[in-house]
Amino acid sequence: MAETDDKIRCDACPVLCYIRPGMTGACDRYANRNGELVRVDPHILLERTLSDGGEIVPFMTGGREWTGDIVNAPTPFVTAIGAGTTYPDYKPAPFIVSSNIDGVDMVTVVTEGIYSYCGVKVKIDTDRHLGAECATVRAKGEPVGHVTTGEYGSQMLSLGGVNHLTHGGKKEGRVTCETLLDLCNRKAVELTVDNGASVVVEAGKPPIVNGQVEERMRVGCGSATIGMFAKQWHDKVDEVVVVDDHITGVLSEHQAGKLLGARDTGIKMKGRRSTPGRYFHVAAPGTGWGGADISDPLEIVAGFDPKVAWPGLTMLMVSTTGEQHAFYRLDESLKPVEAPLPENLRLSVERIRENCEPALCSVLFMGGAGGSLRAGVTENPVRLTRSVRQALTTVTAGGAPVVIWPGGGITFMVDVTLLPDNAFGYVPTPAIVAPIEFTMRLDDYAALGGHVDHVRPLSDIVERLAKNNAKASAREAPARIKA
Amino acid sequence: MRQKPQHRRLGDGRLHLHDGPIDLIIQIFGERWAVETAYAAAWRRFQTILDELCVELPLLRAEATPTSARPAGRVARRMADVVAPFCETRFITPMAAVAGAVAEEILSALTDAAPLSRAYVNNGGDIALHLLPGESFTIGMVDRPDRPSLFGNAIVSGRDGVRGLATSGWRGRSFSLGIADAVTVLATTAAAADAAATLVANAVDLPGHPAIRRAPAISRDPQSDLGERRVTISVGELTPDEIDQALSGGLAEAARLKAMGAIEAAALRLCGETQLCGDNVIPAKARTAAPQALLSLDSRFRGNDSPVLFEGGDASRGRRETRNRGALNPTTGSDRHAVG
Repeated sequence: MAETDDKIRCDACPVLCYIRPGMTGACDRYANRNGELVRVDPHILLERTLSDGGEIVPFMTGGREWTGDIVNAPTPFVTAIGAGTTYPDYKPAPFIVSSNIDGVDMVTVVTEGIYSYCGVKVKIDTDRHLGAECATVRAKGEPVGHVTTGEYGSQMLSLGGVNHLTHGGKKEGRVTCETLLDLCNRKAVELTVDNGASVVVEAGKPPIVNGQVEERMRVGCGSATIGMFAKQWHDKVDEVVVVDDHITGVLSEHQAGKLLGARDTGIKMKGRRSTPGRYFHVAAPGTGWGGADISDPLEIVAGFDPKVAWPGLTMLMVSTTGEQHAFYRLDESLKPVEAPLPENLRLSVERIRENCEPALCSVLFMGGAGGSLRAGVTENPVRLTRSVRQALTTVTAGGAPVVIWPGGGITFMVDVTLLPDNAFGYVPTPAIVAPIEFTMRLDDYAALGGHVDHVRPLSDIVERLAKNNAKASAREAPARIKA
Repeated sequence: MRQKPQHRRLGDGRLHLHDGPIDLIIQIFGERWAVETAYAAAWRRFQTILDELCVELPLLRAEATPTSARPAGRVARRMADVVAPFCETRFITPMAAVAGAVAEEILSALTDAAPLSRAYVNNGGDIALHLLPGESFTIGMVDRPDRPSLFGNAIVSGRDGVRGLATSGWRGRSFSLGIADAVTVLATTAAAADAAATLVANAVDLPGHPAIRRAPAISRDPQSDLGERRVTISVGELTPDEIDQALSGGLAEAARLKAMGAIEAAALRLCGETQLCGDNVIPAKARTAAPQALLSLDSRFRGNDSPVLFEGGDASRGRRETRNRGALNPTTGSDRHAVG
């Protein structure tokens, strides 16, 4: 990266600026800080307005003048976005802000962490088979993570982490960083699974599997669906099979059917019976009916026992989302023959569909406040961990609530859709840059060995921001490439 | 790694487009469907603009001469064509018109897409306007982006030939060879206004004055199109006579450009003093009595008694500190019929 004169070439856009130390590129967003490319977006102040459900208002835009109020509602919350950071953090965090909330002096330590070991957990609401567990997930051909567990009708992916970001090849690290950054900034990313599907993931949007938009999430597994709808099917049809790659349900054998006094039908299913009316492995995983590799549902029915079944027996086969369904009547030789779906059953099929929630992709950023980052907050980093554990210190990321993992360190996860736009950045290390804030009482901060001499009142920060942000209308105004 | 172009709607419905160094704020007035159609068209056109320009950057950064090659891209051609008339007598590069040319290109994508009553594309203070004959925009002028307060209003009506407006000055994002705090130019197109504002701002100058610090452009930005030319870094105390002298230099340049037909009007601002160029510029006091005013200045320059939104810039951080050349923001809503 380093050129003569310590100029850096920035590759964030095609202008490809050479940036001198201490200067920014043509965009004013990327700068050369001691030979390292960093993002210098202004802080974004979030107004905590509960009423608008997390609607985020950029600081002083839209012609609204700041009234000078610091703590009157709506309270500005200083986020770490654009705070900048140093690594290693032997210096105090760039902004340690105090304000007075309910008469208690609060301190928020605001920094941007550089996360070289971070990753994202992706939850994809789909029954379709994306790939085998442990299969490699690729972006632009590079391995960026793997398929992990399937849970409740969603397929989980685990992407990034130290093994892809820094321990893989150079290109692997770069592509992984890019993939994480795009996912965290809520952009669409195409991923492919080895021996599996291609899926376009965008946080908060439906997944696109092999070019098909996934509309709905199933209401439950096949067995659960039987339980939910048994009453509506009883007396209207002799047998119902809810086709599901995970657990296929059969009404007449299922506990729910038994309780209603459903008559045996002598149906013989393929696959392995787990408990009555619940079948595993009726087919191989795929992208057909109920996430199995079938387009004809009869493929999973081995036949009917002639001693039990009878000609004219009726059977509904339906997938867990209600998207596919077929109705059959047994002929004289007890072979199912497809027939039009009776009106009274159509309602139940539609109800399954209606109960399926929209399928979405969710992306959780997972980062950890390592000892180095914690040192930017306090002289005795482990005390910060303890303080967080004791719930004396609140951790947020770009103002958004985080989930903190139990166990060692401060490892957190945050829903990327709760952060302001483009809250994430990167450094070419490669690593992701993300905001993190620690909020605690001033006296608690002193007790844990905080950099109390660096605490600045919120009003100072707001003023300073105003100064830095002649760009305040940043999002509003600036920018031209004239050099 | 290449960050993709971005688009988002601001809370008040305006569209913000961003790609690399380009930030556009767009507002459209018209039937709802027309507005949505036009916003979509703007976004479609926007996505490739920066890449198109970057392909020809070396040519666009080179000094324009009568024998310069004509670039291939639409926006690049607009830039080259608009600076061409100036290149025989002045140093100029096509980059002097880049912001205006981009604004213009997006504006034409908007107006081609749907019938609109009014629209503007604001590229960091260089603004392309669309106005039907009965419509108008009131535009506030700011001289210190680091300390924005209005020093005047420009009112552009649909009946004028003005469809572009730009501001240049050493305090802005771009380098200037002169010392003007802000030169605002009204012209028939945004690209023309952009190039002309650069020239007029360069001409507001006091060569060799000890209170003015300058540095070679490339010492600040290694790729500057201004090369070794010395750009203004700071301006110290000037006497009233010196301010007058500098402004007259700019005024002469503005008059020359107006005689060439390159601009309609200009407002020049230095150390709190304002000079105007343009026949139909009406002094502030007469403004209300002259609704046809092309450009008028509000004498109520708001000094220290006005709300200060921003603290002064920190000069040690260099030009980038004073980045908000958002000097000009078309006002909207109740101001829409400010004229006529």
